[in-house]
Amino acid sequence: MADILLSEAEKTFILHGVRDNVRNDGRSCSEFRPIELELGLVENANGSARVRLANTDVLVAVKCEIDNPSSNFPDEGKLDFFVDCSANATPQFEGKGGEQLAVELAALMSRAYQTRESFNLSTLSIIKGMKCWKLCIDVLILECGGSLIDAISMGTKAALADTKIPKVSVIGSDEGSLELELADEADGREEPLDWHHAPCLVTLNKLEDSLLVDASAEEEACCAAALIVGVSPNKKITTTSIPGHGSFLADSKVFTRALNLAVDVGVKLNTALEAAIKKHQTLKPPPRGFLD
Amino acid sequence: MEVTDVNIRLACDRICLPAVSENEVQKLFTPGEDIPTCAGFMRGHGTYTEGEDLKASVAGVKEQVNKLISIKPLKSRYNGEIGDVVVGRVVEVQQKRWKIDTNARLESVLLLSSVNLPGGELRRRSSEDEKMMRKYLQEGDLISAEVMNVYQDGALSLHTRSLKYGKLSQGVLVKVFPSLIMRRKNHFHSLPNGAAVILGNNGFVWICPASGLEHQEDSGSAGGFIQDLEKEVPKADREVIARLKNCILALANSKMMLYDTSIIYAYEESMKFTVTELLLPDVMVDVANLTQHRLHLDIAE
Repeated sequence: MADILLSEAEKTFILHGVRDNVRNDGRSCSEFRPIELELGLVENANGSARVRLANTDVLVAVKCEIDNPSSNFPDEGKLDFFVDCSANATPQFEGKGGEQLAVELAALMSRAYQTRESFNLSTLSIIKGMKCWKLCIDVLILECGGSLIDAISMGTKAALADTKIPKVSVIGSDEGSLELELADEADGREEPLDWHHAPCLVTLNKLEDSLLVDASAEEEACCAAALIVGVSPNKKITTTSIPGHGSFLADSKVFTRALNLAVDVGVKLNTALEAAIKKHQTLKPPPRGFLD
Repeated sequence: MEVTDVNIRLACDRICLPAVSENEVQKLFTPGEDIPTCAGFMRGHGTYTEGEDLKASVAGVKEQVNKLISIKPLKSRYNGEIGDVVVGRVVEVQQKRWKIDTNARLESVLLLSSVNLPGGELRRRSSEDEKMMRKYLQEGDLISAEVMNVYQDGALSLHTRSLKYGKLSQGVLVKVFPSLIMRRKNHFHSLPNGAAVILGNNGFVWICPASGLEHQEDSGSAGGFIQDLEKEVPKADREVIARLKNCILALANSKMMLYDTSIIYAYEESMKFTVTELLLPDVMVDVANLTQHRLHLDIAE
């Protein structure tokens, strides 16, 4: 997110490269940089995941708590997103610097998960109208190097896959107040279904007529506009957002092209993420962590 | 547009660095660690005395020249010496000079009197020249220069008074640790694969198509300030440059020294991978290992 100074010649070089589909590091315009994923790093959370995408490092943890459902949706649970831009990421995040960005990212993630098709909130209901699970999804941004929302959405999906919600049974009701009992460890816990349809958000940067997936910091400095699209595995778009000052209206064909490209990339991203999560869940490796 | 598959690895498959090591493993000192000393020693950079003991103040290896003990850090800001070739970016245009960022502790200075004026004339710089400064070098421009002088506070004074220095045109900048660049006689290399490389002592490496450097030398009278922005670099050259960038990052990742031979060998060893495969960490370690092996064979011969 930091402003990088580039000379006119460097920008021209990047622009011509993007036209030829050969970026500065040899990638094509629709290629991601290598991504690293780890599940279950945070032991006292119900589920957690860490995603490292080139320079961007994001840690997502999911904690469950019992709450009263909202009166508009009595048979649904709740999802609450909170993003914390730590000062470790860039000096601009020191103090209150990262607050605005954090609020925007949390709002974007909430919108992406709003639809019932991406995450079925009714599975979180314990007793209709009275008690439900509230999943608090906390995102910690450790390092900020571009494609931030992509990493956050991947981390969220992986953390949800790693989440295990304890089984709850009602043991008594005492004049309107309920007593709930959590199952023992020995009795086993269940995981929420339906993380398979959770969306992944893809950021596309527009550089003249070309669209870049996973732009590096230098490329972002040349791009005028960006488009963020939330794509679920069944090729449906859950949310779109155009951050910053740029616009896509100059040429509407670019916008439709961008949406189609985002859907294609999003589907591939979802497939790769699912495969990696499944591999992790079958292998069950010991935690590797941050230090080598 | 074809969409390539996404590659997601697991942390458990991460390869430990560094897998590349020299023959002897040198002892690394950490800040606060005691350094074994001889009688009558002299204290050099990177050390401090606590009572009677000599301790390291930075993390690095010990360097001893007769009785002078110092610690050379692996990762530090660039410390300039007179005669070094550096690649820097203009950050400010001041009254009679430019401020250049060279990855040092202080911004370096390029005085108006230390550059070649277009037209190659040798004359006194007038107030007209001061107003035209921004036309020569703007904020964000990259230049190659030589260190002329080191001020008392450690700031460097640069000059571009030779035809091979000046504003850099189309290309890619790669940033590595300054300690990885070997000090050589020549820092401008024209590689056999069609690209040219400038290894700045400050850790900034500039990769450009070979025609870029030639053009700079031909336009002698211009003094290296003309940029050809219209010219499009051909796709083959672009791939060479991208591959070189990834090779340099692979060598830097395994903390190997960068000089023309090591870069050429790394480039040749990387040919069995595609350019994008070179972004994967295990491939980077592989390339560094193969280069190390070849360099050892060279020394053995």
